[in-house]
Amino acid sequence: MNLLKEVKTLVHKDLILEWRSKHAINSIILYVVSTVFVCYQAFKTVDDTLMWNALFWIILLFASINAISRSFVQESQYRLLYYYAITSPKAIILSKIIYNTLLMILLSVIAYVTYSLIFKNPVGDPLLYFVAVLLGSISFATVFTMVSGISSKTGNNSTIMAILAFPVIIPLLIVLIKLANNALQGLDRSISFSEIAVLLAINVITITISLLLFPYLWRD
Amino acid sequence: MRKNWWKVLAAVMICSTIVAGIMGPVPELYILHESIRNVYFHVPMWFTMLTLYLISVIYSIKYLNGGKMEHDTMAVEAVNTGIVFCFFGLLTGMQWANITWGEPWPNDPKLNGSAIATLMYLAYLVLRNALEEEQKRAKISAVYNIFAFPIMVVLLYILPKLTDSLHPGSGGNSTFGDLDMDNNMRPVFYTAVIGWILTGVWVLTLRFRLRLLENKANKIQ
Repeated sequence: MNLLKEVKTLVHKDLILEWRSKHAINSIILYVVSTVFVCYQAFKTVDDTLMWNALFWIILLFASINAISRSFVQESQYRLLYYYAITSPKAIILSKIIYNTLLMILLSVIAYVTYSLIFKNPVGDPLLYFVAVLLGSISFATVFTMVSGISSKTGNNSTIMAILAFPVIIPLLIVLIKLANNALQGLDRSISFSEIAVLLAINVITITISLLLFPYLWRD
Repeated sequence: MRKNWWKVLAAVMICSTIVAGIMGPVPELYILHESIRNVYFHVPMWFTMLTLYLISVIYSIKYLNGGKMEHDTMAVEAVNTGIVFCFFGLLTGMQWANITWGEPWPNDPKLNGSAIATLMYLAYLVLRNALEEEQKRAKISAVYNIFAFPIMVVLLYILPKLTDSLHPGSGGNSTFGDLDMDNNMRPVFYTAVIGWILTGVWVLTLRFRLRLLENKANKIQ
């Protein structure tokens, strides 16, 4: 079987499993909505656009870390052994990255919609902001998938996941918040091209490194 | 002596840069004044740190390819030594910032970047502590080390260039080399960089050999 076909089958499997139980999606949606609501109760209104932006990304960061930290834990030891026999590690990590990206896009769209419903939406350039959210969810997915793979080997404790993931995600988050701020203020789009390029470059680097490193992590 | 000449060279280089750095002529500059001498001590710390982290990554790659425990020991000791140089770099930088920019920790992308990079390597050490089994620890921490390194390079060298920074060479500021460093300073600066890098590598080899001896002692018992 070639790599592409394996990846397709694995993503399909993950999607079907999720569709049957709906465990992850429901819990994540509940998590996002309740976090936004707690923030609403605490802040009432956010007039400052800088704070509006920061609060949104913080909510998204914690939601995504919760969503993705589960991605390797849910696989039992025996199932992993089964995959080991029939597929290549590259297919596993690629399928996980793709599945998590899909999950993150859904999650961030829900978060964005609820957030701008509850707090007034001051975005000046909605299309660019949406691009930022999209790039953000892809970046979170690529980085956190590999980190969750590492942390799942340490006996699945969630503190390790947070400790390992935060320093790695902060550079991405800095660029994302800057890009989102540009969109909020409705600046000319050509200003934001360098940020988009950096984000895409980091994502390509992370995916390449994940592909190279996962085979070593996988062999136990 | 044939094997140790570079250690003597490192000591001589550092001693001479301390003398030349404090006594030597420097250009008179606005705001910086005499504090420009700190460039001989602050900048080499970061170069040394980066060299040590690079050594660590190289040995992590070697470990993943060969599986020798010595390579893992080398990688972790390089990180341990690198973190010490990182703290020296932060300390000398804070002192300098206090004089020229008015506060020890101004909100500067390079400062924040180096703080986050430190967190990254502290996380590496925490990850090692979380794993009991030796082989597994070596492998997983090597994977994390290689994964984190390119992101650290982006953080320290690419992001500050994009944003406004107080540091030279970022956000449209010209670099020190173009503007402020005259030809009297250049040789001292390069000597200092090479001297400190050699010293860092020397400390690393000492720590590495100490760890090997400890491992040997533990095995006999």
